[in-house]
Amino acid sequence: MIQSIKQNWFSNVRGDLLAGIVVALALIPEAIAFSIIAGVDPKVGLYASFCMAVVIAFTGGRPGMISAATGAMALLMVTLVREHGLEYLLAATVLTGILQIVAGYLKLGSLMRFVSRSVVTGFVNALAILIFMAQLPELTNVTWHVYAMTLAGLGIIYLFPYVPMIGKLLPSPLVCIVALTAVAMIWGIDIRTVGDMGELPDTLPIFLWPDVPLNLETLMIILPYSLMLMVVGLLESMMTATIVDDLTDTKSDKNRECKGQGIANTVVGFFGGMAGCAMIGQSIINIKSGGRTRLSSLAAGVFLLLLVVFLADWLTIIPMAALVAVMIMVSIGTFSWGSIINLKKHPLSTNIVMVTTVVVVVATHNLAIGVFVGVLLAAMFFANKVGHYMRVSKSINAEGTVRTYKVAGQVFFASSSQFMESFDFKEVVDKVVIDLTSAHFWDITAVESLDRVIIKLRREGAEVELVGLNEASETLVDRFGVHDDPREVEKLMGGH
Amino acid sequence: MKNVFACIDGSRAAEAVCDAAAWASQRVDRQLVLLHVLDKSVYPTKTDMSGNLKLGTREHLLDELAELDAKRSKLALEAGKEQLKAAVERVKAQGIENPETRQRHGHFVETLAELQEETRILVLGRQGEDHDNPEEIGGNLESVIRSLSCRILITPPGFSQPEKVLLAYDGSTTAKKVLYIMARSPLCKGLPFHLLLVGEETEKNQQLLQEAKQEMEQEGHKDVVTAIRSGEVESALLGYREENDLGLIIMGAYGHSRIRQFLVGSTTTNLLRKSPVPILLMRQ
Repeated sequence: MIQSIKQNWFSNVRGDLLAGIVVALALIPEAIAFSIIAGVDPKVGLYASFCMAVVIAFTGGRPGMISAATGAMALLMVTLVREHGLEYLLAATVLTGILQIVAGYLKLGSLMRFVSRSVVTGFVNALAILIFMAQLPELTNVTWHVYAMTLAGLGIIYLFPYVPMIGKLLPSPLVCIVALTAVAMIWGIDIRTVGDMGELPDTLPIFLWPDVPLNLETLMIILPYSLMLMVVGLLESMMTATIVDDLTDTKSDKNRECKGQGIANTVVGFFGGMAGCAMIGQSIINIKSGGRTRLSSLAAGVFLLLLVVFLADWLTIIPMAALVAVMIMVSIGTFSWGSIINLKKHPLSTNIVMVTTVVVVVATHNLAIGVFVGVLLAAMFFANKVGHYMRVSKSINAEGTVRTYKVAGQVFFASSSQFMESFDFKEVVDKVVIDLTSAHFWDITAVESLDRVIIKLRREGAEVELVGLNEASETLVDRFGVHDDPREVEKLMGGH
Repeated sequence: MKNVFACIDGSRAAEAVCDAAAWASQRVDRQLVLLHVLDKSVYPTKTDMSGNLKLGTREHLLDELAELDAKRSKLALEAGKEQLKAAVERVKAQGIENPETRQRHGHFVETLAELQEETRILVLGRQGEDHDNPEEIGGNLESVIRSLSCRILITPPGFSQPEKVLLAYDGSTTAKKVLYIMARSPLCKGLPFHLLLVGEETEKNQQLLQEAKQEMEQEGHKDVVTAIRSGEVESALLGYREENDLGLIIMGAYGHSRIRQFLVGSTTTNLLRKSPVPILLMRQ
């Protein structure tokens, strides 16, 4: 245990602390921006990010991953906040946490294996597009100053790292924010600032019971949102965990991460924060900056709190243009540009899954629905593909009295009609042999088709013999089959 | 078939480990496996504080990190191969005919835990390649002892075959198991045993030692000497060892609860640090 504490916390202290600072600085603009997306005061996102990062450092299953207030979650809360207000959001956040803890105990993290690569890519791309779209209100009906500052901000973010010496030592998004704030102050440009968007934190977060009536009505209001938040939160967390696994070449405990996310969200709700989850962009920044262990997440949270509480007055004068520049960077960094190049290389079905996921998400502003549609589509494409792995070859004996059908491959709902069509019921023979040695019967649809084939052949007066039901098929046929029971025959063929 | 595993690295202890492992595998007549673990967690991490996300940062970062690890792994792999080659020659010179070599990726302690099923005796140096001060014990050693339940032979730099053996005996369940196993094990068959009990010179203790001696003699051990010393366990053991010039200390390991051990320090850890001869730890 002592060894694992050392390994998980103190094996990379310098890298973790430095990365924690970088991440904390990067979290400030994101937390503010996501609060604005959700329609709440910036302090709600900042408290959420602080609590999330600190709690998940202890409870999470993936050391080195950063969790905080995220865009994916913020997008799901918009209507709840608009129609019912902040207190209901806090209650929904607590419920989300509880649902995630339950999901962790039910080991739902393993369900991630049904989410295919293209759905993940679609999710990431859709998220990037939504984050970008969320910045558009800041860029419409504004003076040219805002456009100039946003462009200058992007210039600083992308070009500053090339400055020799200091380029790799100072986070360029921070440089962008400081420079644009300074410019706005010196020239007294009258543009929107963070202070105009709502309240910033002035104290440490305090424990508060969400001010909602504890009754069924409240539950019915928040439950649909909590379910969506739970699904999206876990999905993004699991995806990010996989990315961090790959980057660091280490393993993570996905079910522990589910529970950890749940505990963190429960705590966040009670401390006045909005629901959050793991952040792809921040986790990558953390790894890139040298963060590896739980200490990096803890450091990010603590630094964030210190910065926010002591710099609150300064945060209010940050021009929104600087924030928009940072968020455009986040969306560019989140988007999987490789997936566009890969469109040419990948098979059409994969592309359809990816693009559909993106389109559905962008249309509904709901990542959960997009992923659901994507997974469903991917499963259908897969079933269709595997359905092609079925072939029935025919042969007949010299006298023309015994017909043999040899079935090979997978017989299930997607291929059963093709299976039935392969038999010639009008042919007059004494005996029909169906050789199933190299076939697999997967479900009742397949078994039922076989039964109908046999019954139909018998009706035409042929004797039917089944050979080589291999073990897998045999168990299925024994459990579902009816062809041995004459009473069942009429039932099955009743409509014919 | 369980093997004798010898943990080889680039430290000075590697030669002693080879000698000790060769001795042990010949005594118990088991295959000797020379093991080298490539532990990525010891590599330093690279830091880029620019904190921005460019087009395809994720893919680039993955490539970059993978390449960095690949280079380090390749170097470490080569170094490990050399170390193993030297180790093979050393044990061959001592009459081991076909030692097996193995290289594994992974965390050191976890790797050993995975191999535990096929381990009869694990041979370790007192400290690995990251340490210079001979007074310290290696950082991994304690966690290895804690997480494994096989027999572990820990050797200081410079191993010489033991002529006489010291068995620390206190009449506890652990000690009785240790005695039971050692009486039947071929590892120290034929070597004179000294059974030492650290405690008061009471009749009960005398009787405990007599029973132990009888058990050893029933299994065909001759020259079994018993002794009682009072005082602190660690100094009494080491003092008695020096007086009688004993070449190996055998004992059960880490009897205390973890919390207590954390606060007061453990006899085993202190012994490991101070003993000039190898120690065989049994966690049965």
